[in-house]
Amino acid sequence: MVDVTPADAVPPAEVGEVELYHPHSWWTKYVFSQDAKVIAVQYSATATAIGLVALVLSWLMRLQLGFPGTFDFITPEAYYQFITMHGMIMVIYLLTALFLGGFGNYLIPLMVGARDMVFPYVNMLSYWIYLLAVLVLVSSFFAPGGPTGAGWTLYPPQAIMSGTPGGQDWGIILMLSSLILFIVGFTMGGLNYVVTVLQGRTRGMTLMRLPLTVWGIFTATVMALLAFPALFVACVMMLLDRVLGTSFFMPAIVEMGEQLQHNGGSPILFQHLFWFFGHPEVYIVALPAFGIVSDLISTHARKNIFGYRMMVWAIIAIGALSFVVWAHHMYVSGMNPYFGFFFATTTLIIAVPTAIKVYNWVLTLWRGDIHLTIPMLFALAFIVTFVNGGLTGLFLGNVVVDVPLSDTMFVVAHFHMVMGVAPILVIFGAIYHWYPKVTGRMLDETLGRFHFWVTFVGAYLIFFPMHYLGLMGVPRRYAELTDMTIMTESARHLNSFISIMAFIVGFAQMVFLFNLIWSIRHGREAGGNPWRATTLEWQTPQTPPEHGNFGKELPIVYRWAYDYSVPGAKEDFIPQNVPGDFAPSREPA
Amino acid sequence: MSVILVFLLVIAGFAGWWLSHQRLTAKPWLEQGLAGDFVGFDRSALPTAKIGLGVFLAVVGCLFSLFTSAYFMRMGLPDWQPLPLPRLLWLNTGMLVLSSVALQCAVVAARKGQIDNVRLGLATAGFTTLAFLVGQLMAWRQLTGDGYLLASNPANSFFYLITGMHGLHILGGLVGLGRTSVGAWNGARPERLRLSVELCAMYWHFLLFVWLCIFALLAGWAATFIDICQRLLT
Repeated sequence: MVDVTPADAVPPAEVGEVELYHPHSWWTKYVFSQDAKVIAVQYSATATAIGLVALVLSWLMRLQLGFPGTFDFITPEAYYQFITMHGMIMVIYLLTALFLGGFGNYLIPLMVGARDMVFPYVNMLSYWIYLLAVLVLVSSFFAPGGPTGAGWTLYPPQAIMSGTPGGQDWGIILMLSSLILFIVGFTMGGLNYVVTVLQGRTRGMTLMRLPLTVWGIFTATVMALLAFPALFVACVMMLLDRVLGTSFFMPAIVEMGEQLQHNGGSPILFQHLFWFFGHPEVYIVALPAFGIVSDLISTHARKNIFGYRMMVWAIIAIGALSFVVWAHHMYVSGMNPYFGFFFATTTLIIAVPTAIKVYNWVLTLWRGDIHLTIPMLFALAFIVTFVNGGLTGLFLGNVVVDVPLSDTMFVVAHFHMVMGVAPILVIFGAIYHWYPKVTGRMLDETLGRFHFWVTFVGAYLIFFPMHYLGLMGVPRRYAELTDMTIMTESARHLNSFISIMAFIVGFAQMVFLFNLIWSIRHGREAGGNPWRATTLEWQTPQTPPEHGNFGKELPIVYRWAYDYSVPGAKEDFIPQNVPGDFAPSREPA
Repeated sequence: MSVILVFLLVIAGFAGWWLSHQRLTAKPWLEQGLAGDFVGFDRSALPTAKIGLGVFLAVVGCLFSLFTSAYFMRMGLPDWQPLPLPRLLWLNTGMLVLSSVALQCAVVAARKGQIDNVRLGLATAGFTTLAFLVGQLMAWRQLTGDGYLLASNPANSFFYLITGMHGLHILGGLVGLGRTSVGAWNGARPERLRLSVELCAMYWHFLLFVWLCIFALLAGWAATFIDICQRLLT
């Protein structure tokens, strides 16, 4: 432990001020901006726009599943295209881009006390390449043959064969190119997020004083930088297989009675590469959510986070462990039983740090001064949902349970709970929490509560019955199920019910969008710190913060981010940049 | 996948070493109200650009480790027929070594403030690197001329893929080298020039290292080496 001596006056940062790029025109200020906050809004808007496309695709899928045979335009091919694009967009172009590109860009510089990201130009480039990736993806809807229908995992050999929609057309080529672009763009942004946390911190902001939001985003970015290359490699190699006829993944294969020129490749090799990226990806989405939810709970329960150190260690442990569990997605591909045993063990071990985090959130709430604001409601909903989704993860982590369940709706329900609904709830909570900082106005409370209750209850009504369908044996990935003996009368009714709930929940998101746009002008004035929070982004001289964030002088940090309800203090929160010695708050009991 | 796991283990070791110096066992809730001057815990004294490049090189290392992993996994399948490496690759390797040495000389000169030697080093590095790239293209032509086409065997596919990927990274580096050279001839500030030259040298050394690993891999020495290791272990 380092000896710490009290001192009230600390000289301002001896590190030279960053040279900020000063925009001269409307174009460089709002379009080709190098300001991380503008880039964050651009990222978020693009991700939301493409996310809406994915939402509509899920409606189309539910139309087919809930009311089979009613809609002629949903052919089996179209259904596969919907499923593929829905999955890919939601996982990569929405969740990854929104958490890291959106929240990362907005919050990292503000929370660590920096004027901007360390490489603003590269940061700007990152967004434009992301936009290009999205446009390439969207263009595949209009290409001959339509987008790829290979499933979001793009498993070869089927992904590049003529039986799969887009396999021998443009669909798969555009998909792979778009992913390659996304990874290049993300790497540029990711370098910024990591190096800004390392080098951009203001005076006094030690690593152990960082808000957990920054810890979550930081660790997730490090993971993403190391995991996305695997997807990059897989995409490049599959592109060569498809375009130039190599045989990295393609085995000798006969298609329509015709021997293809491919020979001897290994589809399993692709699966290894894909899941080496794919599993860390789950935590790339989850860790920022963990971090953000910790801050929301602490702020809205007016209590310091329980076990801050454990929270940090758990984030690091989860990040490291998530690189050695990938093959649990491949139990049904067949593997040496010892490998299966190894990967089942590592998978179950991840439950330990994750459970620590859940306990700490609950213990933070314990005897807190809980304000049931909308961000808090979403945070609470997240904890419940994450526990539910995590529990089914314990089922599926075991080889013997996974093998019969792997191709059923149970898996769909599991991953939607744990990596769909849970992070999205955090995103909503975070938007209600930080919207006042971004725009200077509060989101409408009544619409917000409506949005919360419909989304939360509705998501459960969608995904809980799906577990049941899965246990009955209803398979996933099938466009048409009516003739199967598994589809009893009750199962069909349940499917229709799920579909109707999906439309209702989707409608609630339109209300949310309306709220977002309407409140920019008509929302209640928020002031600089409406939640009475301690972290640096709430202490900026202007709201919304100007380019450069902190006015003339950077703040100096004197305390951790969780000084809520300190005994002896005048107010129930002490911002991080307030000096002075108060009676130390009790250690978390 | 063992190559990438070993690579990640190295990264994890480095990250662990760094984290162990960051007071991760501190109890921040007990340190409130005290001055924020934990000397040495704010940020690294290294230039930010160098740290950025370091992180980027970790990503590049990850990329090539993954290619290597895929190479070893694909190599075990029965249709693999190794291709003879053109002798020209030895000459290319020499060129890349020369360019790395030239950049190192430029770094030394930049630290001493000898602008002429910096220019000489940068120019030499630029030309030898271009020679390397041309040499690689000639090696490709030679192979295709001898009938070793991209799609005819996975060993060929990997050869073109990995050398191509490496070449693209070199090409990207040339952009940085070009910008540095423009600065060197147009009188950039000495400390700024020094940093740029150092960054170039760092990138070149790393890509030289990657090339030597790739060369060993493609020539089959890496496989022999791993084979010997495995025998020693069992």
